[in-house]
Order: sequence, then structure tokens, then C-alpha cells
Amino acid sequence: MSKAKDVLLDPIFNKNPIGLQILGICSALAVTSKLETVLVMCLAVIFVLAGSNVSVSLIRRQVPDSIRIIVEITIIATLVIIVDQFLKAFAFGVSKQLSVFVGLIITNCIVLGRAEAFAMKNSPGMSLLDGIGNGLGYSVVLLLVGFFRELLGAGKLLGFTILPSTNDGGWYLPNGLMLLPPSAFFIIGLLIWALRSWKTEQVEEEN
Amino acid sequence: MLEHYLSLLMKAIFVENMALAFFLGMCTFLAVSKKVDTAIGLGVAVIVVQTITVPVNNLIYQYLLKEDALIWLGIEGTDLTFIGLICYIGVIAAMVQILEMVLDRYVPALYNALGIFLPLITVNCAILGGSLFMVERDYNFSESVVFGLGSGIGWALALTALAGIREKMKYADVPVGLRGLGLTFMITGLMAMAFMAFSGIQL
Amino acid sequence: MSRDSTSKILSVALLLCLVCSILVSSAAVLLSDRQQRNKIEEKRKNILLAAGLYRAGEPIDALYQQVEQRIIDLQSGWFSDRFDPLDFDSRALVKDPELSRGIPDPLDLADIKRRSHYKDVYLVREGKQLQQLILPVHGKGLWSTMYGFISLADDLTTVRGFSFYEHGETPGLGGEIDNPNWKRQWQGKRIYGDNGELRIEIAKGTVDKSEPDAVYKADGLAGSTLTARGVGNLLKYWMGADGYQPFLERLKQQGLEP
Repeated sequence: MSKAKDVLLDPIFNKNPIGLQILGICSALAVTSKLETVLVMCLAVIFVLAGSNVSVSLIRRQVPDSIRIIVEITIIATLVIIVDQFLKAFAFGVSKQLSVFVGLIITNCIVLGRAEAFAMKNSPGMSLLDGIGNGLGYSVVLLLVGFFRELLGAGKLLGFTILPSTNDGGWYLPNGLMLLPPSAFFIIGLLIWALRSWKTEQVEEEN
Repeated sequence: MLEHYLSLLMKAIFVENMALAFFLGMCTFLAVSKKVDTAIGLGVAVIVVQTITVPVNNLIYQYLLKEDALIWLGIEGTDLTFIGLICYIGVIAAMVQILEMVLDRYVPALYNALGIFLPLITVNCAILGGSLFMVERDYNFSESVVFGLGSGIGWALALTALAGIREKMKYADVPVGLRGLGLTFMITGLMAMAFMAFSGIQL
Repeated sequence: MSRDSTSKILSVALLLCLVCSILVSSAAVLLSDRQQRNKIEEKRKNILLAAGLYRAGEPIDALYQQVEQRIIDLQSGWFSDRFDPLDFDSRALVKDPELSRGIPDPLDLADIKRRSHYKDVYLVREGKQLQQLILPVHGKGLWSTMYGFISLADDLTTVRGFSFYEHGETPGLGGEIDNPNWKRQWQGKRIYGDNGELRIEIAKGTVDKSEPDAVYKADGLAGSTLTARGVGNLLKYWMGADGYQPFLERLKQQGLEP
């Protein structure tokens, strides 16, 4: 049982895919200026990760080595298209804001990375947990970034006003930089700094 | 006309830089930016692949997937845009593989120089992103060639610049927890801000 | 059969393609109705928003009952029956050389290069009396092409509402064109002067309400001069002689029934 727990919880802080393995940052940063889009993006990624991990694990003994990668990519692409179609049908507003970035989950290295590194060698149950765990690890970082960007940049959270901004007659002068893409880098940089001050074993060796 | 293409090229390189304005290809961007030499190798590979895949995907989109695209076959009323993603990624994977074989056979020197970077490109979001932007902005074939080339160059430029800065950073005394990845993020952020100075430029 | 034999590779690949294609196409087919409806609803909602008729929580279909879509021919400046309003898409027409034309540079204030000859307009009326006329407008901002609807009162000069439904301007700066306060200040602004000349413009900063010309000036956007300039320019283009002005003048003279 403890192994299952490790598989699920390790990726959140100890082996965070973004903080430690530099995976899956690409599609993420451009959608973090609002918490709402982040939430939808995270759910989509968790679904795709869990789904692809389970399916790859189920057929891992059948797949010939030579077409391994393309099989994995096809499965991932299928899942992403399904997610994309569902979003367009049931969350139209958000899907418009996410635009091409839902499609870019395909090339989110976490998904292919976990399929390759974990699901090819482990049972479907464990792979499911690994998928959810990594999805959560990814979500934690993204949600934190989205939280700071929306709060400091617009004075809102999930669209609700927390700090009334001067444009609407309040006192808070929004920090416009937070809504611009580069701020995401600074926030992630600071998060990694904080994480590594807490878990010092993650500090990189100088080379 | 030439003016139009030139402005599209400049826009793709600087104003709408794949890496610094859209954050695409970040994983490899951050991982392979330790040395200028390797950065240049990967940059060249991305330019080549991008310039090939965007136009090829453009053709696929124009003549197979778009609404009523099959009209040249006499079939009307089709709309296959929903399988776009799977087609584009398939083309990219295939192109990378073919390019690998061609280079291995005819230009072994370049093949050896690019080494492991070629297969890595399949999962580089900048490549798929390029194709998706091409579809979203409805470029025609010649525009897509220019856009593919420009976005590839823009990405390579950003990568090489970051590698250059990181090489110099070796001599700086950085807080322990920030060393490596944390600092790289911050540098990228500053670079992205610098690139924002290009915004709004009308060519 | 070994795992890497050719037949095994082929059969696995085929089977995978089959399963994936069934999954993908069934998702696409089953959900396409809903997606289509979303798109139409989204557009209707934007029209209602510009007209100030949208009320959150009420079904859009019911609210939209009061709106009537018509197609106009910009060349003749009058209504046209050439297209079925339901699947009219002026963005698609722009690609067709027969149904659109390039805009010569000095005229192209909105920076949109081409314009279709036909546009969709939306009427709100009571009996034969026109109450509001909603016109689609678009043009370049700082980053992106901004698409919006402007709604005019029955005098065809006073603005009832103005809102953008699609743009890629910088959030927090140019993106403030979505700010409800900024949108609200458009109500009551006048597009044309007493002699029918185009007068609307965007001020630098906030408009001084005591100014005699205040009714022809809208507030600028702090920190995004270029987006605000884009909004002003697209209004000048679409409300000008190359845009809706001929149609509006004819409508003013003739009324809805010629």
C-alpha cells in the first residue's frame, strides 16, 4: 500500500515534474494569467495523463518496440482530441481562451515522458496512480502561478474581486506585469527557489 | 507583395517569438541551453524541421481537412478539422524520422552534429504550435513557408541567446537554491520582457 | 509470433488506428450539435450584449427573438436577399475575389486589407418602428484584429452599446476594452454631427464632460494608446463612406420600408 501512496504523492513535492524534471512547461505558462483557465487546463492534463498511462500500460506487452513512440503519441493525441471536443461542447467560453494550448497537451513532455518511463514497465493500476500524481504535481505549480498572477495582476480570483482595482473605483492598482507572460517565469523561478530551500537535496550540482 | 512576406518573417522572428512570446518548446529550451554549441545544433534542426512541417501541414489542411476541402475529389460538405491534431503530429513524427534517415545517408557530418536532438524535436511544442498557429491564422501556402522559416529562426535565436547568457552566468555567485533551473527561469523571463519591446511594431 | 515481426507491427498499428479513429470520430460526431449550438449562442449573446438586451440567466434563444438578422449590400447601400442570413459568414466572403475587394491604403483606416461587399446587420424593432440597429465592426488593435458589435439607437447616430467579442489585446492594458465601465461610457455618444459628418473620436485620457464636443468623444484607455487608436480608426472606417454610412443615410431617409 505504501508503494501506491509513494507513486501518487511523490510527484507533488519530491519529484515534481516541473520543479525538478523540467517537463511540461511549454503549454502551461501562456494560460496561467487567470485561475479559471488554469483549472480547466489542469483537469484536462490529469485526464490525459491518467488515460494515456492506463492505456499504454494495458497494451505494453503487445506493442512492438519499433513503433512504440508513435503508438504512444497516437493514444495521447486521441485522448487530447476527445478532451478538446468535450471542452468545445461543454465549456465553450474557456475552450476559446485556451485555443491552441489544449492541442499542445500532446507535446506536453510529461505525458509522453510518463508513458515511456513508467507505464511501459508497470501495471495499469500503478500507472493510473502515477498519471494522477504527476498531473497533480503539475497542477500544484500551475495553480500557484495562476493564483499569484490573477490576484496581483487583476485583483481577482476566479473572476471574483478580492482587491478592488482603481479602474473600478477601488484602491488597488493592479500590477500589469503580472498579466504579461514574463511574470510566469519569475513566479516559477521563485517557486523553485522556495522548494529547493525547503528540500535542499534538490539543489543542482555546479558544473 | 515582397513587403508582406518580409513583414511576416520579421514578425515571426521577433514580435511573435515562439519561445519568448508564446512559451513554446520550453522543455527543450530550458534543458538544452547550457552550452552555445549544442544550442546552435538544436536551433538549426528546429529551423529545418519547422520550415518543412508547417508547409506540409498547410497542404494537408488545405486539401484534406478544411471545410469542403475535398471538393477537388468531387466530395462536398466534409469537415475533418477535428482530426487535425493527430495528422499534424503524425506528419511531424514522420518528417523527423525521414529527415534523420536522409541526413544519415547524405550528410553524415550534419547528422552526427545534430545527434540526439533530431528525435527530441517530435515532442517540441514549438513545432506543433507552429502548425496550429498556421491553421488558426489561415495562412496560404507561401505564407506558411515564410512563417515556418521565421518561427524556426526566432526559436533558434532565443535558444542561442539564452545559452550565451547561461555560459556567462557560471561566473556569478548565485544563492544556492536558485542555481540551475530557478535562475534559468528568471533569465528567460527577463529575455521575454526584452523581446516585448518589439511589440506593436508595424512593418 | 515475435513481438517485432512485420505482421505483428502492422496488425498492432492497424488495430490501434481503428480503435482511435472510432473513439475520435464518435466524440466529434456526438458532440458536434452541441458545439454548433454553442457557436451560434455565443454570437447571439454578443449581439444582445451590444444591444444592451442581454440578461444573465435568461435563455438566449428567447431573448434573441426580438432580433432580426438582415444582409446588406455595401455597394448599393441597401438590403440584399442574395444570401440566407442563417449561414451567412462575412469572414468567409472576404476570401472570395468576386464578393469582396481590397481597400486602397489611404482608405484602410481599420487596417483590414479587404472588405466583403455584404455584411450582416441586426434589427430590433417594434412593429415597423426601428429601435436599434446593430452593426458588426472589426479592425486592428495593437496585437490582433478586434471584432465587435456597435448598436445604434433609432436616430442612427446615438450609440446604444459597443462591445468586442474577440480580440487578443494585452490583458489589463488594451484588454480593458472589455472593462464594463469603459463600455458603458459609449452609451449616448454620437457618431455623426448635425450635418451628417463623421465626428466620433477617441480622446487622449478622460473626456471632460463640460466640453461642448464631449458627446463626440470617448475616453481613451490608460496605458494602451495603440489599442484605443485602433478602436477609433475602425469606427472611422466602418462608420465612414466606405463602410455603413451610405446605408445608414438611405435608411434615415427612407425608413425600413422603401
